[in-house]
Amino acid sequence: MDNFFNDTPDFKFHLSHPLFQKVVALKEKNFKESEQYDYAPLNHEDALDNYEKVLDIVGEICANTIAPNAESVDLEGPHLENNEVIYAKGTTEDYKALYNAGLIGMALPRKYDGLNFPMVPYVMAAEMVARADAGFANIWGLQDCAETIYEFGSEEQKDKYLPRFNRDGVTAAMVLTEPDAGSDLQSVKLKATFDEKENIWKLNGVKRFITNGDADISLVLARSEEGTLDARGLSMFIYDRNDHAVQVRHLEKKLGIKGSPTCELVFKDAPAELVGKERFGLIKYVMALMNSARLGVGAQSVGLADAAYREALKYAEDRAQFGKVILKFPAVYEMITNMKVKIDALRSLLYETTLFVDITKAYEEEMKERSLEKEERMEMKHYMKLANVFTPLIKLTASEACNTIAYDSLQIHGGTGFMKDFPIERIYRDARITSIYEGTSQLQAVAAIKGVTTGVFIEQIKCYDTQVSDKNCEIRTKLHKMTEAFESITNRVLELNNNELIDFHSRRLVEMAGNIIMGYLLVINSQKNESFTKSAKLFVNLVRSENFESYNFIENFEVSELELYKVLKPEEVLEVS
Amino acid sequence: MRPLKIVVLIKQVPDTRNVGPDAMKPDGTVNRGKLDTVFNPDDLHALELALNLKDRIPGTEVTVMTMGPRRAADIIRDSLYRGADHGIMISDKRFGGADTLATSYTLVRAIQKLPSYDIIMGGRQAIDGDTAQVGPQCAEKLGVPQVTYVEGIISITDDEVVAKRRLSKGVETVSSPLPCLITVHGASPACRSKVAKRIMQYKYARTNSEIRPNDGFIKELHSKRPYLTIPEWGVEDIDADETKIGLSGSPTKVKSVESIVLTANEAKVLSDSDLDIETMIKELIDHHIIG
Repeated sequence: MDNFFNDTPDFKFHLSHPLFQKVVALKEKNFKESEQYDYAPLNHEDALDNYEKVLDIVGEICANTIAPNAESVDLEGPHLENNEVIYAKGTTEDYKALYNAGLIGMALPRKYDGLNFPMVPYVMAAEMVARADAGFANIWGLQDCAETIYEFGSEEQKDKYLPRFNRDGVTAAMVLTEPDAGSDLQSVKLKATFDEKENIWKLNGVKRFITNGDADISLVLARSEEGTLDARGLSMFIYDRNDHAVQVRHLEKKLGIKGSPTCELVFKDAPAELVGKERFGLIKYVMALMNSARLGVGAQSVGLADAAYREALKYAEDRAQFGKVILKFPAVYEMITNMKVKIDALRSLLYETTLFVDITKAYEEEMKERSLEKEERMEMKHYMKLANVFTPLIKLTASEACNTIAYDSLQIHGGTGFMKDFPIERIYRDARITSIYEGTSQLQAVAAIKGVTTGVFIEQIKCYDTQVSDKNCEIRTKLHKMTEAFESITNRVLELNNNELIDFHSRRLVEMAGNIIMGYLLVINSQKNESFTKSAKLFVNLVRSENFESYNFIENFEVSELELYKVLKPEEVLEVS
Repeated sequence: MRPLKIVVLIKQVPDTRNVGPDAMKPDGTVNRGKLDTVFNPDDLHALELALNLKDRIPGTEVTVMTMGPRRAADIIRDSLYRGADHGIMISDKRFGGADTLATSYTLVRAIQKLPSYDIIMGGRQAIDGDTAQVGPQCAEKLGVPQVTYVEGIISITDDEVVAKRRLSKGVETVSSPLPCLITVHGASPACRSKVAKRIMQYKYARTNSEIRPNDGFIKELHSKRPYLTIPEWGVEDIDADETKIGLSGSPTKVKSVESIVLTANEAKVLSDSDLDIETMIKELIDHHIIG
């Protein structure tokens, strides 16, 4: 039987990361819960075995239910009926399969009926689901909202909402965007007013582009402080669909991820519960939610890239032209090998980032029960710093790469790929959104550039370098040269002390760092598993030329040239307040 | 509605759907070492039907029972992962070589050891022998009514079940008093998947003979969690008459087995004329290939 977990040996490899042992020990509180719950692991090996066995069911459902449904879901899509979103038939089947297998609320603590899984195996599940159907991955992935309620909700809210995920299979939504508040969420206008008489918050206004907007449980960003205009006036609320106070006015017609309903919502005196404290909605809670959503898009992108690669390989092995299968032509095998090499690199970065997030979260959890030792606090801060810049880095690189990989895969299919006959046509459309939602690539670069300006990336690169055991290997020498170039060009940009210039070059600098990091990760992986040796070599060859291209561009760039790029003259720039 | 006690008879079989070139030995016997084993497909349908009744009737208990070698405990664990409450392993070297008569005798002896039962279920047939005899024989020996080829339970009360049977040219709705035996057709709903928590709960379930002397950790766990021990019944446990079990209880003797290689040596070339096409359609209908 086909299985997306078993056909991807990288998953087991990444689960064997030494740092993951620490994550599991923290997350399982030294395996004490096995006395209380008979499904809790007894030790690290037992925990790993649990993750593998559960991921095996995810892999089975992905290969045998979700992937075969993807085409009909894309064709049928959801529709509105009496103000209710009705999913495509396949979507309902997919969700039911995962719910019946107990896979909703994977990361929630056992106390709330969850599986208490760390992020690493959870993100692996997300990657597989996205490979099967990227649109559906959104609906399933929105269980992230449960995490946010767990982190910031009151005890009462946790008891009320969290068990519903695993027990009833409720769906969730992040209700943030509005017509005038897309990337700039500070401009959110949806109004939250406290009704003194009923002792309850009420929401009024319009939200737009809301994925799975008709979910059972919604986290809504709203303006609770009248008269404010910025982030500090925004709070986060839980809206329960059982209150029937939101109208789904419209479903968007989209280029891709058509199975995932994108809703326009009208809130009319919708009762809601405040999450955490007033005015912390955007600055704290949405930021946390967004970070896990960005990691989710990273996983979705890697899943899509893998799906596109496998389609290309399958087609190129079968399709014969000029008397031989097209996989034998250099132009084709180069594209296919590059896809595989990039996927190995992206997946390594994805799980490296996830580990950083995992350790940070596990310490935060630990802090709820005891104060951390000084060493632990420092460690937590260290990984938090890394997670904060690696998260936008993986979101940026994986989403951009999955688009080019889908593009190349479609290219390999030739004219057939342009028709609706093969899955690649859908994958190509589905990939397009990844570099847009949960923060565009341009915004990820703005977030990740902090890793360049504060030196977090370069420090980590140097740390990776110490882990390379063969000090004289050729790849290491190449990575050294790339690192030197990256450092010198970064310093050159920073020395000019011009924020606009840093913004202008941010994507180039971030991508240079990302390439070096992925190169090192592949080299380190290849020390443990030979299957990465080829990828390490070819990846570094590939990105070395990319990095030098960026280096040359930045080196030859004069600050005065910025003016030449500006489309609007200074007096034409409208400052919208 | 009172809670039911349901027993599902299950079998581990060679995976005959994925047969490689060396699945048969030159002498025509099955090369078991080259075939993976699987949960007999129809038995999975039976398990689903039982679990569905468990969903519908609170307190209902589903026990799976299999006769087979030690490794057949795999399908008991599989059933526990999917939602079965208990599993019983019937295993003894002396049960080996049983035909359908000896098998049904053995299963019935085991069923009679249970305190009570309302429905015995099983797949319509196993993909290794394809006899479809064991279920009906068990019903006869137990002296209970049998409903074969079932694809769904329409209704159930304290003392009667109404089921839909899938026949070659339609469906038939029948009722039967309880207790009864039901064999389940592959047209019924597919079995639900394994459940994440149950996998973690039951992955150390073992029969005693599966536990090796150096498995101290598993022994200790079984003493703390007794439900992890899968009961294992031998000849004496079910008070079986040794002349009725295994080879000695099996009148079926295989005289010879031939390995037949099917070849397509007959081909017809048709023109695209209406006459040729009509003739072909008529021929296909006459041979009951379509119709």
